[in-house]
Amino acid sequence: MTGLVFDLLLCALLLAAGLAAVVARGLFAGVVFFIAYGVFVALGWLRLDAIDVALAEAAIGAGLTGVLLLGAIGQLSRAGAEAPAPRPNIPLALACGGLSLLLGAAFLALPDAPGLQAEVAAALPISGAENPVTAVLLNFRAIDTLLESIVLTAVLVGVWALARDDAWGCRPGLPQRVRPDGVLAGFGRLLPPLGLMVGVYLVWAGTKQPGGAFQGGTVLAAVWLLAAMAGAVTAPRVTDLLLRAALVAGPILFLAVGIAGALGGSFLGLAPAVAGPLILAIEVALTLSIASTLALLVLGPPEARA
Amino acid sequence: MTTLLLALPVALPLLAALIAVAAARIAADLAMATGLLVLGLAVWLVAEVAHAGPVSIALGGWEAPLGIVLHADGLGASFLLVTALIMAAVLPAARQGFADRGAETRAGFAFWPLALLLFAGMNTAFLSRDLFNLFVALELLTLSAVALVAIEGKAETITAALRYMIFALLGSVLFLLGAALAYSAYATLDMTRLAGVAAGDWPMAAAVALMTLGLAIKTALFPFHAWLPPAHSGAPAPASAMLSALVPKASFVIMLRLWFEVVPDLASPLLVLVLGSLGAVAVVWGSLLAIGQARLKLIIAYSTVAQLGYLFLVFPLAGGVGAAQPWAAGAWTAVSFHAFSHALAKAAMFLAAGLFLRAVGHDRLEGLRGLARAMPIACFAFGLSAIALMGLPPSGGFTAKYLLLTSAFASGQWIWGVVLVAGGLLAAVYLFRPLNLMFSKEGADPATLRPVPRGEQALPLLLALAAILLGIASSGPFDFLQIGRPGDAAAGLAP
Repeated sequence: MTGLVFDLLLCALLLAAGLAAVVARGLFAGVVFFIAYGVFVALGWLRLDAIDVALAEAAIGAGLTGVLLLGAIGQLSRAGAEAPAPRPNIPLALACGGLSLLLGAAFLALPDAPGLQAEVAAALPISGAENPVTAVLLNFRAIDTLLESIVLTAVLVGVWALARDDAWGCRPGLPQRVRPDGVLAGFGRLLPPLGLMVGVYLVWAGTKQPGGAFQGGTVLAAVWLLAAMAGAVTAPRVTDLLLRAALVAGPILFLAVGIAGALGGSFLGLAPAVAGPLILAIEVALTLSIASTLALLVLGPPEARA
Repeated sequence: MTTLLLALPVALPLLAALIAVAAARIAADLAMATGLLVLGLAVWLVAEVAHAGPVSIALGGWEAPLGIVLHADGLGASFLLVTALIMAAVLPAARQGFADRGAETRAGFAFWPLALLLFAGMNTAFLSRDLFNLFVALELLTLSAVALVAIEGKAETITAALRYMIFALLGSVLFLLGAALAYSAYATLDMTRLAGVAAGDWPMAAAVALMTLGLAIKTALFPFHAWLPPAHSGAPAPASAMLSALVPKASFVIMLRLWFEVVPDLASPLLVLVLGSLGAVAVVWGSLLAIGQARLKLIIAYSTVAQLGYLFLVFPLAGGVGAAQPWAAGAWTAVSFHAFSHALAKAAMFLAAGLFLRAVGHDRLEGLRGLARAMPIACFAFGLSAIALMGLPPSGGFTAKYLLLTSAFASGQWIWGVVLVAGGLLAAVYLFRPLNLMFSKEGADPATLRPVPRGEQALPLLLALAAILLGIASSGPFDFLQIGRPGDAAAGLAP
């Protein structure tokens, strides 16, 4: 009963936050509602026992996307752009409403398909992972994860391509000025050790429990950004070789393991005897690449400094 | 060996792109070597498929529905080969603009990984049988393409890139929704398995409708074409060549597979009529807009809107109730011919336009006057490509139009024949202006032009010759495309 009440309340909040994000006056309010919406979606996934998805939604859907959007608003106001007046877009609203109705009706009419849980459970013992989600991501459907991690690289290259030509070789983002005794400096010292622990734990636990490279990498990216905002670390130059190596280390290791498998007759195949350690190694390397890529995405293209 | 033949066309460009990020200095050489290597692999794969029939591998040893299958049939292998051929010519052509000359530059860094990732995305889209994996491949392809549009760094190209991104991501979301719906209904994402289990119930119809809408937006089908011309004309020429020749073909091939392999029974007379009509409108409208342009790259880009329209004639001519008819094989094969011919000719045209732009300094039409004397090879390449786009003999475009016309009349749907003829005439009109200027007697003094080496002019010529050769030697490709063709493998109307 409490469960039902909670779910109904959550659904109402979800709808309200989503609607508010769309109709809010001003970009900032819209983004804030969007972040709240992401948190409610994450709670929804929790209620559906999809803890991995909930973690990813909270970290990437609500957290990282929210930060990116807030950063975009900051860029717009610095550039002196005026926020467009919100105006109702009736055709778009009708199209989205129609799509929602279609999806809802299709959902209700779906034949009763059991999904692939039985197949996943049967193959889990030789997959090298105890968490079925990790087994799917790093083994059964490894190519999806490999390509998704490389999509992140493509996006970062695309963002960097928006730099000014004379800024190439500079550091990404704007310089941070912090009062040494301010709140930001204090948090910048206090939170990173905790965040570091959480991030590393998420990756380490990922093979057995919910967690993994994307979730852990997001937390680690946040830790690094916090330290950067507090002035404790500075972003490396975009031409820095170590940085470039960190960006591609994970996908390259993943791909190298895949090609080695292909030479043995199975592209992206992991022999059951070594699958566990290989998955852990790939997850660790991917975490490094994902964390650095996400952090740099938030910072934006390199900026020339006076 | 099959494993490597299917895996490496995906893996090698990915690996090269990642290395290009880490070691930008060698990126240009690496990209060229990758292009040639994948071309060799594609030739080998085509030989293998011609010899042994369709081949497939289960990634990681996991068969569908748990795992993902890569599969090469006549359609996939031939698209892979044409893509590799174009990339092998476009990547060297990009050296002049983007190769590292001492100090790393912004565009010089970004171009090579993006081009290689686009390559990998194309190859995955042609080989994968898994709907979600196809979504990821399209994402990789799209985001690389968007970034390539923005690479010039001007306000107008960044605007074009943003608009392209919004349309393309809308297409992605719709495709993903459709794939998710199909998975919830039948617990598999594999197209081969879906074809076996999917009934014509309406959740599956909704899924296919959403995927088709998403893919149509990505293929720039009228009325979703507005993003294409500014994006394709605003990119640097080698990027334009990849974007216009290749990128929309990936989403089209997926659409072809959906409707001809997965749910052929859902293709109702109304649906094939709507898709065919939108294609026909695209042919006419894109051509009319191309006629009105004053800049060469915009003419070529609007021509892509028109040329992509022909592809959708496959639905009324080979789909629905007509799929089992003898003319269907001809029409189904013809659109692949058209896609190849357009890809080769369009890549050649954009590369040639890039060389004109470099020589003259702008791409307004009057700058082309008398250019044939200074740059005979590039102008000849442009002329040959124009023949293929107009569908004149002996080009691959002619073979395609001949097959489509035969199907149109054999099936009694002469209206599509009118579209084909009108489209060819309109193409002649919009291509006549640049050709006439190029080959006019008077013109600018060659001494005022920046020189373009003959070696660079040879690259578009090679592609244009390939587009012509496709028409001269068409029976080999025709037979090859039948390997693994869905439906009735009737002899059809071979030329």
